[in-house]
Amino acid sequence: MPNFFTDNKDILFQFENFNIEDIIELMEGNFEDAKDFNYAPKDNQDAMDNYQKTLEIVGDIAGNIVAPLAAEVDEESAQFDNGKVTYAKGTQEALRQLSQADLMGFTLPRKHGGLNFPITIYIMAIEMISRADASLMNIFGLQDIAETINKFSSEEQKAEFLPQFASGKATGAMALTEPDAGSDLQAVNLQAYQDEDGNWFLHGVKRFITNGNADIHLVLARSEAGTKDGRGLSMFVCYGDDTVTVRRIEHKLGIHGSPTCELQFNDTPAKLVGKRKFGLIKYVMDLMNGARLGVSAQALGISQAAYEEALSYAKAREQFGKAIYDIPVVTNMLIDMRVTLESNRSLIYATSKWVDRRDKLIERIEHLKEEGKAFQEESAKQKEAAKISALLTPMTKYILTEAANKITYDALQIHGGTGYMKEFSVERLARDARITNIYEGTSQLQIVAAIGGVINDILADHFDKNEKKSYKGTLAGLADRLKEIRELFYEGQKFVVDKNDRYFQDVAAKELVEMYSYLYVGYLLLDEAEINTRKVFIANRYIVSASAMARKNYETIKNEQFSDLLHADEILI
Amino acid sequence: MSYHSIVLVKQVPDTANISGNVMKPDGTVNRAKLPAVFNPEDEVALELALQVKERYGGKVTAITMGPPKASDILRECLYMGADEVCLITDRKFAGADTLATSYVLSETIKKFAPYDFIFAGRQAIDGDTAQVGPQTAEKLGIPQITYAEDVIEVKKDGVTIKRRIDGGNETLKSVMPLLITVIKEATAPRPFRAKLAMAYKNAKSLMEIEKMVESNSLLLLDDLIEEYKANGLFIPTLTTEDLDVDIERCGLSGSPTKVHKIESVILAGGEHEKINPDKEGLGYLVDKLMEDHIFG
Repeated sequence: MPNFFTDNKDILFQFENFNIEDIIELMEGNFEDAKDFNYAPKDNQDAMDNYQKTLEIVGDIAGNIVAPLAAEVDEESAQFDNGKVTYAKGTQEALRQLSQADLMGFTLPRKHGGLNFPITIYIMAIEMISRADASLMNIFGLQDIAETINKFSSEEQKAEFLPQFASGKATGAMALTEPDAGSDLQAVNLQAYQDEDGNWFLHGVKRFITNGNADIHLVLARSEAGTKDGRGLSMFVCYGDDTVTVRRIEHKLGIHGSPTCELQFNDTPAKLVGKRKFGLIKYVMDLMNGARLGVSAQALGISQAAYEEALSYAKAREQFGKAIYDIPVVTNMLIDMRVTLESNRSLIYATSKWVDRRDKLIERIEHLKEEGKAFQEESAKQKEAAKISALLTPMTKYILTEAANKITYDALQIHGGTGYMKEFSVERLARDARITNIYEGTSQLQIVAAIGGVINDILADHFDKNEKKSYKGTLAGLADRLKEIRELFYEGQKFVVDKNDRYFQDVAAKELVEMYSYLYVGYLLLDEAEINTRKVFIANRYIVSASAMARKNYETIKNEQFSDLLHADEILI
Repeated sequence: MSYHSIVLVKQVPDTANISGNVMKPDGTVNRAKLPAVFNPEDEVALELALQVKERYGGKVTAITMGPPKASDILRECLYMGADEVCLITDRKFAGADTLATSYVLSETIKKFAPYDFIFAGRQAIDGDTAQVGPQTAEKLGIPQITYAEDVIEVKKDGVTIKRRIDGGNETLKSVMPLLITVIKEATAPRPFRAKLAMAYKNAKSLMEIEKMVESNSLLLLDDLIEEYKANGLFIPTLTTEDLDVDIERCGLSGSPTKVHKIESVILAGGEHEKINPDKEGLGYLVDKLMEDHIFG
């Protein structure tokens, strides 16, 4: 009876130290929902109890229903036959159970059937589901679509669509990518046009659409005929009715349970979401940022599963007269995996809390405006949260999804030859992890999204405060190392800025973003080590290793390792 | 047409997860060291009752007899979707064997009449007697179908049930009311519903509320009970005073079953032998297995 919430000491540690009173207060106000909904919290502690109860249910379903079906789902795959997509049996069963258990509307308001939970709690649920079956996350984790409707749609649209999501009656898809518009969404060409009465219709092709067989689609389309860039794009919502045909589904390396579809929209009736021309620049960016956090949690869940597999295999497998767990190089790999896992978990939940603050402060400010009250203080906090989220979200996705590939790689390595075989789930995990650093923006694009905030050093105040804290014992030494990393970062940053070379900066961005992440995560771990002595080990290995890597990053920049880019044509024969 | 199902549930020590420090030297179980869980087949019985409700409408009432701590599983019944629950608890009920237990249960069930079905797990994992369900039906004077694995159809004039028998199954039809005992292979119990778990996590029985009052002199019992009732969070609690029972037939005094003897059986792994995974080793292994008549 494994429960993926209660059996995971590190998730429990994060949960117990969430300190999200401010977020709960922003979301629940005076807890007035308790009057109308018997499941709404009465106070802060009650809200935390609710989150805990619900996460225990997710952990139960993940551990006891989803995980045992994962291998079958991978083997069976989502199927495409006669224009119709069918989920694997295990996927159907998992979705039925998740819907039955009220878990398909985590962040939606209660009046539309949702649970009104913080994103942070939803992300934790995604982590657990992904540990059980990464491919299921691609359906369970699409609750962002409903959340986007909740944020930007009219009340009428919300009342129509949100209860369908929350009850699990409908699943969603976000139709953004096209054959010629992948990373570059500005090139989206699917046409949106109006009839004489002003009704919208969609016409064109979308490709690589996760869960493209969904009941409800959010579609990015060109509403301004003749335009070429992102400002001519608007967001639409429509039903996946007969006018939306699935032309094919892809045969993929991993996440077989998740159907990836090519769609043809044949004059599909649609409704405009929010304002015209804001499709890409506002709504898709918001949707993508939510999805990036979701994919980061997916990567973390896969990493957790791979680590568990590697650990139990290493303890069971005997070679040279002892368990390979006791062979130092293997032990060392396992410790590296564990430290990465825990430091990644600290990062994602820190990030998701900033995202929660950013979103919930917007709602609070709107209320204050309506009531004609002052909102300057909230506005300043909101701007800060928005700035930090915009940096931490892509940084988190970059770090966690790359790490998932490394952890599954090492987990397979620890299994030796058997890991390459289908008998063990680690080969599936390695395949599933591979997409995480590609979709919702490749790692390279995450660097592009993060570098601005890094160059502008937007966490400077945050780091200043941490530097002034006095840490005890081992932690004091580690705090000094972080100071050194920060100096190296500033030197590297200055070098890049002074060089004033666009090519150089684009390539060096990766080194700088990584260095900045060492600082942010390093301080998170120091703070955790102060409240939990075991975490001193995690902080120690992370920071000692980060200080070596920071030097490498610094040297790479300083030695102008990329100066040969100008000779690319001579090298790349 | 809608139906009222009563489900008999029991909290049991988790005998599926017995570890070394749980056994006492005399071979009995130290219950305090074992986590208490929802008896697995009772959870399946509740699932079947909920399915009947979903298919035909009606309501589901879950009843348990046990110590105050048994409120835990009643809350879990609420999380799964039971409409009402009831705790039967009294020191005078303690030490009951199957006869005394089924007596108290049958007297309680009368209070919840009319009903169409009583669902119960085939047996509890602590006693493994499989007697409480059948005895309860006898005392109520209603028919019973044991070892049920599916409720095929319910109609006004009767219910069709598939039950497991040696080497297969048989399908029976019965009038209602009917008591049905359920095997765990019948179906898997549903996970808790998040909204119900949030709503009922603070539901409390009389004894739990009394405990709150004991530890806080500012609280008044009657007020608190009213408050819990008003919020739909009071778990109705019945004691000997609330039931029309003959005390002599309850608890230890109503239990003719006596433990004759407890034998501590220690199953120890025998000697083992390491055989190399090569040709000679395999040959040796086959010889050994033939010698022991494992291979013919």
